[in-house]
This record gives sequence, structure tokens and C-alpha cells, in this order.
Amino acid sequence: MFHSLGRYLLLLRLSFRKPEKFSVYWAEVMREMVSEGLGSLGIIVIISLFIGAVATIQTAFQLVSDFIPKTVVGGITRDSTILEFSPTICALVLAGRIGSSIASQIGTMRVTEQIDALEIMGVNAPGFLISPKIIAGVTMIPVLVIISVILGLSGGYLACAASKEVSTADYLAGLTDGFNPLIVTVCAVKAIVFGFLINSICAYQGFYTSGGALEVGQAATRGVVYSCIMILFADLVISRVLL
Amino acid sequence: MIETKEIVKTFGDNEVLKGINDEFKPGRNNLIIGGSGSGKTTLLKCIVGLHEPTQGEVFFDGQNFTNMPFRERVPIRKEIGMLFQNSALFDSMSVEENIMFPLNLFTDMSKSEKQDRANFCLKRVNLEGKGKLHPSELSGGMKKRVGIARAISMQPKYLFVDEPNSGLDPLTSILIDHLISDLTQEYNTTTVVVTHDMNSVMGIGDHIIFLHGGQKWWEGSNKEIAHTDNRELNEFVFASPFTKAAREKL
Repeated sequence: MFHSLGRYLLLLRLSFRKPEKFSVYWAEVMREMVSEGLGSLGIIVIISLFIGAVATIQTAFQLVSDFIPKTVVGGITRDSTILEFSPTICALVLAGRIGSSIASQIGTMRVTEQIDALEIMGVNAPGFLISPKIIAGVTMIPVLVIISVILGLSGGYLACAASKEVSTADYLAGLTDGFNPLIVTVCAVKAIVFGFLINSICAYQGFYTSGGALEVGQAATRGVVYSCIMILFADLVISRVLL
Repeated sequence: MIETKEIVKTFGDNEVLKGINDEFKPGRNNLIIGGSGSGKTTLLKCIVGLHEPTQGEVFFDGQNFTNMPFRERVPIRKEIGMLFQNSALFDSMSVEENIMFPLNLFTDMSKSEKQDRANFCLKRVNLEGKGKLHPSELSGGMKKRVGIARAISMQPKYLFVDEPNSGLDPLTSILIDHLISDLTQEYNTTTVVVTHDMNSVMGIGDHIIFLHGGQKWWEGSNKEIAHTDNRELNEFVFASPFTKAAREKL
């Protein structure tokens, strides 16, 4: 375990060495941002709308009574969406979508000697392959999480409009009631950390692949599993420290 | 010129190379031959720095490459072109983007100059007009030629070729061999080719080293190889009834 941790940290250090040519790396960052950001937008839109709607319906089911103001539903949906559902569930889904793609892409480059070709040319392969992905991850995953929060809360609104248990006016009033800006900070920190973990862990798994197609598949699976575990662990640590 | 001094490489308890000494001079085709598992590719990877030798040193024109840190190796690496066994073309890039990739990173050439250079390299390997294709659209022989075009794009001083004929038909193999040989003469490169293809050995082998059991077992040229009495080399070179019969006629 310590061997792997040490190798992971050394790979990260190599990844952030000074680039050979900034413009080439910048183009890679842009390409990765499009791939990770725009490429994941569809799945984020779908899951966020459903998560928001389900969170609202279930909260309403448990809390609507004559003794509790109906605006509470909006407040709980807001807090749970911003604090947990959007950053964590999005990150877990993105670990599957982006993470497996990164690990298998880099793993395939390793087993087909494309990484060796980069090194022969004098290119810092970890820097060229991994740093643009990490930069794209820590910038685009927060953007996706912001979109997810907006859509999640919109999903809750649609759920209220479709059912009669909580009115949309109560829901909207609940969204603004007792709002603590700290939860947005926690959400942003989670999104950035999760973006870093997904990209770096999966890139590490891909970079040290050896063998053939079977091992590339195994590396992708390991990347997704370890990313998910580390996301949940980081979620716990960030929540404990910041809240 | 490239020199290897007492190169030893072990993987765990397995000693793959057992003290290889040799000199690879420019302007001639230096071939490393040997059976499967004899250490040919490991020696090549030790020379180019993809493997660190367990013992011994590699010198590029007198500079100790083995003990150099990564940053100091970069100027020498820019002078290296390599064709890999599976061509190792970047899948996400087109043919011309593959060729222009090292130019983008290491030169200040304008876009049109890079385009001209890519076109020249493609013309040199008889692949004019194929620049917009992607590696997945190419045949095995075409991939090898694009690999060569990429390898020569930076006008290398050292050219390394790993199994250039693997998976190719005899005619395409001969074309690739002649291309490597012509480029070696044209640019006076120090060319090192790893192969176990006897047509290549006989066709372009100016200087051949035969590895057996991780050791340099024999050294000579393609003219000398036919008359050697080295038993292991004879068993390797004249393994098939066809080559045995051909030898008897010599």
C-alpha cells in the first residue's frame, strides 16, 4: 500500500513538471475540458433532475404534517442537494464515466507503446497525459456540480408542481429560508477534491498498466473502484472538517 | 556513434543481459539478432533509456546517457527517432498530426513549415496524400511507414527500429528494409535495428550482433554470416530447410 502511495505521489510530482511547450499543453487542457465537461453534461442533467425530484417527494412524504411548516421541504431539499446529492452522486457517476475512460485510454497507450514513444521523443509523458486531465477535472467537475445543483433544485420544483402535497410557493420560500452560505463553500471544496481524485487515481491506474487488453480492463475497473472509495472517504473528511 | 559498455539487465532473479559491449557506428545498418527471449528488445530499451541497465553504461557520441538525469537527456532524445514494433502511432491524432507532434513540442517552426516538413516526410515514405487519415484507417505496412516518417521528422542522428518486419508480407518487409537502409545512408544516422527476419539480415546487415542467452555470441556482417561455423548462430540463421538448402549452394 505504501509502495503504491509513494508511486502515486511521485507520478503527481512528475505530472506537474514545467511543460516542454505551454501552447501544446494548453490545447490538451482545452480538449480535456470539452471531453470531461461537455461530454458528461447529458448524464448530469438527467440524474440531477431526478435526484432533486425524488429528494423533494421523499422529504415531503416524511415531514408533511400539520405541525411542521411546509417550507421545511424546500430547505431540506436545498441543503441535501447542495451538500451531498449533487457533489457526491455526480462524482460517483463521473468516476464511472470519466474515470474508466481515462484509465483505459492511458492504459491502452501504455500497452501499445505510445507512452514509450512519448518518452523517446523527450516528452514528459506524465505531464503531457495526466496534468491536462487533472486541470480539466478540477475546473469542469465544479462547473458540472453547479449545473447539477441548479437542475436538482429545479427537479424539486417540478415535483412540487406535479404533486399537491407541497405548493411551489412553499417550496421556493423554503429554498431561501435560513440559507447558510457555508454549504456552497463545502460543495465547491468537495467538487474540486473529487475532480482531482477521479482524474489522478484513474490516470495512475492507467499509467502503470502492463500486459494487454485484459489488464487495461482491470486497470479501468480498479480506477473506478478506488476513485469511488476515495470520494466517499474524502466526503466524510470534508464534511467533518468544514461543517 | 553509440557505445554500450558491460550492459547487464536483470528482472528479479532473471539476468536477461550479461555484459553486452558493442559499438554502433553511423552510416551503417547495425542489426541486433537473436531468438525469442535472447534479450534483443531489452538491449534496445536499455540503449534508448526505456529500461535502466542494472549495470553498465551507454554512451551517445561520448556522452554518458545512462547516468544523465531526465532533463539532461532531453537534448539527446530530440536527436533520437524510433520505430516501434507496433508502430505506436497516437490513435487520437491523424497521420500528419503524428508527424508534426515532435515539431510542435520542440521547434519554433511556423504552421506552414511544419506542414511542409510533414508532407516531405510522408513523400519520403511514399505516403503522399495520406496525411488526413487516422492510424485506424491504415494497413500494417502503412503504419510502419508513418512510424518511420514520424521518426525522421526531427532529422534524427540516431534511428532505432524494433522488429520492423513483424506482421508484414515479404514484399512490404523488403520495402521497409530498403527505406531504413536508404535513410541511414542519406542522413548518416546511427541506425540500430532489432530483428529476427533473415531477409533483413542478409539484405541490409552491415554490422550484426547475435545475442544468445543474454550474451553477445557473434559479431560480423551479412557477408560473413553465411560462412560462420558458430553452431548457435547457424542453428538460428539456417533453421528452416529452405535456408539450409540455400546455404549448401553457397
